[in-house]
Amino acid sequence: MLKLSETIYNALRKHGEETYPHECCGVLLGRSHEGVNEVVDAVRAGNTRTDSAHNRYHIAPQELVRIQRQGRERGLDIVGFYHSHPDHPAQWSKTDFAEAHWLGCSYVITAVEKGAAKQTNSFLLTGTTEEDKSFEDEAIQVEELVAERC
Amino acid sequence: MKIFIPTPLRVYVNKQDAVQVDARTVGEALNALTEQHPDLKKHLYSDEGKLRAFVNVYLNDEDVRYLPEKEATTVKEEDSLSIIPSIAGGCGPQERTRL
Repeated sequence: MLKLSETIYNALRKHGEETYPHECCGVLLGRSHEGVNEVVDAVRAGNTRTDSAHNRYHIAPQELVRIQRQGRERGLDIVGFYHSHPDHPAQWSKTDFAEAHWLGCSYVITAVEKGAAKQTNSFLLTGTTEEDKSFEDEAIQVEELVAERC
Repeated sequence: MKIFIPTPLRVYVNKQDAVQVDARTVGEALNALTEQHPDLKKHLYSDEGKLRAFVNVYLNDEDVRYLPEKEATTVKEEDSLSIIPSIAGGCGPQERTRL
């Protein structure tokens, strides 16, 4: 299960709207325990695939090193990634699968249709090696903000 | 020096986020790491013994692949290595892996 606040959930969906018609991407920092990837922060990353940004994303490894370091300083690990599919379903593609290497991490995809975020899905990359990895549908638990009552 | 381990590979290093090794070069550091933790080797290297294409190794903030001496680059105790699998994808059709 992927657990995140409504604020983070909305932020990663908004990121996809802002970069439309290009794919957005980012890193989910948090903690993993007992089958739950709990997100504490979503860090926006640049999409280096400027040659094909409408249907590709790639995060520069140097940026990942920096984000991992910043997370470590806050006691957080990389627990997942997110990206958008402009005018395409929120379903992992063959490209997403072929280029997924972070076993145990959540891969969150938001479909953005004509600039508006629609479905958001999460897929857990399971397995023990590159050879037996697979994506599994993963439930998303969004913790709603508690509004102050007068 | 310290080698930082990404979350998917920590299971092979007793769940540590970093491993301390004694080494004079990047190559020696990686060898020391896989000698200490042999189960890690197949996740980092292909059957031909080459670093897998999606595994990036950074010496501080520099990609080891682009250093003039690559894995023969000398290291200091205060340096750190980061192992960082690549992250990419997208809704378009599959293409050759980019490094």
